Amino acid sequence: MSNEKTTIIQPEDTDKQYNTLNLGPTHPATHGIFQNILKMDGETVMDAEQTIGYIHRAFEKLAEHRPYYQVTPLTDRLNYCSAPINNFGWYLTVEKLLGLTTSKRIDYMRVIIMELARITDHIICNSVVGVDSGALTGFTYLFQMRELVYEIYEEISGARLTTNMGRIGGFERDFSKIAYKKINEFLKKFPKVLLQFENLLMRNRIFMDRTIQVGSIAPDRALNYGFTGPNLRAAGVDFDIRVSDPYCSYQDFEFDIPVGTQGDTYDRFCVRDAEMWESLKIIKQALENIPEGKYYMDEPGIYLPPKDKVYSQMEALIWHFKIVMGEAGYPPGELYHSVEGANGELGFYLISDGGRTPYRLHFRRPCFIYYQAFPEMIKGGVLSDAILTMSSMNVIAGELDA
Amino acid sequence: MSYKIVDPPAGYSSPGIFASSFEKIIGLARSNSVWPLPFATSCCGIEFMATMGSHYDLARFGSERLSFSPRQADLLMVMGTIAKKMGPIVHQVYEQMAEPRWVIAVGACASSGGIFDTYSVLQGIDEVVPVDVYVPGCPPRPEQIIEGFMKIQELVKNEPLRRRYSPEYRDLLIKYGINAIPKKEHHK
Amino acid sequence: MDYAFVLSQLNEVFPMAIKESFGSYGCETMVVEKEKIRDIALHLRDKLGFVFLTDLCGVHYPDSDLPFAVVYHFHNLEASLRFRLKVFLTAEPFVETLSDIYLAANWMERETFDFYGIDFQGHPNLIRILNVEYLDYFPMRKEYPLEDPTRADKDDRFFGR
Repeated sequence: MSNEKTTIIQPEDTDKQYNTLNLGPTHPATHGIFQNILKMDGETVMDAEQTIGYIHRAFEKLAEHRPYYQVTPLTDRLNYCSAPINNFGWYLTVEKLLGLTTSKRIDYMRVIIMELARITDHIICNSVVGVDSGALTGFTYLFQMRELVYEIYEEISGARLTTNMGRIGGFERDFSKIAYKKINEFLKKFPKVLLQFENLLMRNRIFMDRTIQVGSIAPDRALNYGFTGPNLRAAGVDFDIRVSDPYCSYQDFEFDIPVGTQGDTYDRFCVRDAEMWESLKIIKQALENIPEGKYYMDEPGIYLPPKDKVYSQMEALIWHFKIVMGEAGYPPGELYHSVEGANGELGFYLISDGGRTPYRLHFRRPCFIYYQAFPEMIKGGVLSDAILTMSSMNVIAGELDA
Repeated sequence: MSYKIVDPPAGYSSPGIFASSFEKIIGLARSNSVWPLPFATSCCGIEFMATMGSHYDLARFGSERLSFSPRQADLLMVMGTIAKKMGPIVHQVYEQMAEPRWVIAVGACASSGGIFDTYSVLQGIDEVVPVDVYVPGCPPRPEQIIEGFMKIQELVKNEPLRRRYSPEYRDLLIKYGINAIPKKEHHK
Repeated sequence: MDYAFVLSQLNEVFPMAIKESFGSYGCETMVVEKEKIRDIALHLRDKLGFVFLTDLCGVHYPDSDLPFAVVYHFHNLEASLRFRLKVFLTAEPFVETLSDIYLAANWMERETFDFYGIDFQGHPNLIRILNVEYLDYFPMRKEYPLEDPTRADKDDRFFGR
């Protein structure tokens, strides 16, 4: 079994002196604000204690004071590497509360964007794993591809990173011709670069030595720790919400769920890499089969009317006013909806009391939950492996601290 | 391949000699080799990664070398939300930087707290450290970050050598609870 | 396995512990007595295959007799079955910890303590996790404001108040 490395090495004599190393909160190798106080025996990590909350922004309190529409910008800033997934996850939650079913066209449009977002998130994570193992080259190559995705976002929503894309009940506008052109261009260019990146690292002796059997976790431990997403799949559990609880018409697409065996850094890297290929497959299928139709739902109380009608028609103006002021009727209810975020199960637990704001909104942030396992994963390894383990876990500070 | 060389400052030149003020030459050298300390906490940090990446390439402006140690950094780039828990750390990092030092607040959160007007977020890093340039945006585009960086270069270039010893500057630092540079008599 | 089976099993093993059961939006909800939460969680994990604790959070209902609630979401991955379990707590809220049954609960309980002041008895390290240690109130309780009450730089005239 692979988790031999994760057991604590018992010190031979008890009077041994340990060093305390303060890694963070602003350490360059932590890619975000995390503090780990490590107990070190020479180069070996004996124990770790984490401190988080350095960018706690009170999302949940804020959400209780914002109308449903204005919660979207908050979700952007949870996992900012893949903001559209959070946006659409929130819309799907509210649509579930309202009992609305979106049309296939809206679903397919959302799927295209969500899979692009998954690719950007995995680009960041995998290229940063490369950087931490000493290969900056991959980073500079893959980040150029990420720019292409941002251009697609820009074409669709006007923003690059925190997209605030779409609306409850659809999109604010249809994909333009340029957007389709850009998506196709990305689909053409990206595989070549990804292949180069794979060639650079995947069978690279140094990279393999650095990552195989490093920071591994057994599947039962991973489940007990609440792992989800690529990290859980790397440990060998084939759990993916896109398949187990399909949302947004994911059941229409043919794709595989890559699964690892060891749960180590190398497997996490490979699972993410394979997921990028699967995402490309999904995007291609969605582009081929995207049906004609409206990009929004005809729900005047929910979906903002077009601007020209607001200026010329009384009814549209009233709806516009009601929606923007948060007076559109949201029924009381209590629900949990989750989507497969780029780093795990992103859940929204929403309690509505029929008022203009959520009564309570709790975000199930995947990395907040699985980051707990970090001390167990690095115990017994050396310090440089701890850094690699951390970057391969894809812990996003904004999501961690909410 | 051609290399672009910055223009010399205003001065007097004749064959073999060039006369200008020391201040201008130092400013010129400093402004084209600013070493930034990226203090990236959240979303803006990702845009900073794009700025550093090959597409936008901040290295074109003489900032090839990111200094992750505050001791060797000239410019503190605070990117992202600074919570109250983080405030003292920003202050400590700033204290550790050697003079002359500049600070740029990238993004709405660092500048003013942004959309996070909450109990846990510091409403702008200028509550803990003095800021030279504010870059708006949530997050700002890489072009904006570069623009802010160029504004810093402008400040660096035109800063009088004696500014850091002036009583105004000392008062500013004391306001932020930082021990100022001891008074130097010959600069009076 | 479906929800009715889980409910009947739990009713059999823990008679009278389940106070209420209802469904909303495709997720069944049980309200249980807080004294039984540990035993129920153990039974769910070991006998019924709910090996995954998806979520744990607190809710505040200031006007109610039992003003606090802790909400658990359990997930059986093999049967793809989720359900929600709730305990209601008094104004001095405490409940037993699940952090040794589900390791994932450790930080989620700390977060709930941080936000609501709910005391999870038996938790190994129940200290604030997200907020600063010197914070002297529990910010997610409804009576506390969102904005920093100590702010002096905000002129109410400019904010329409």
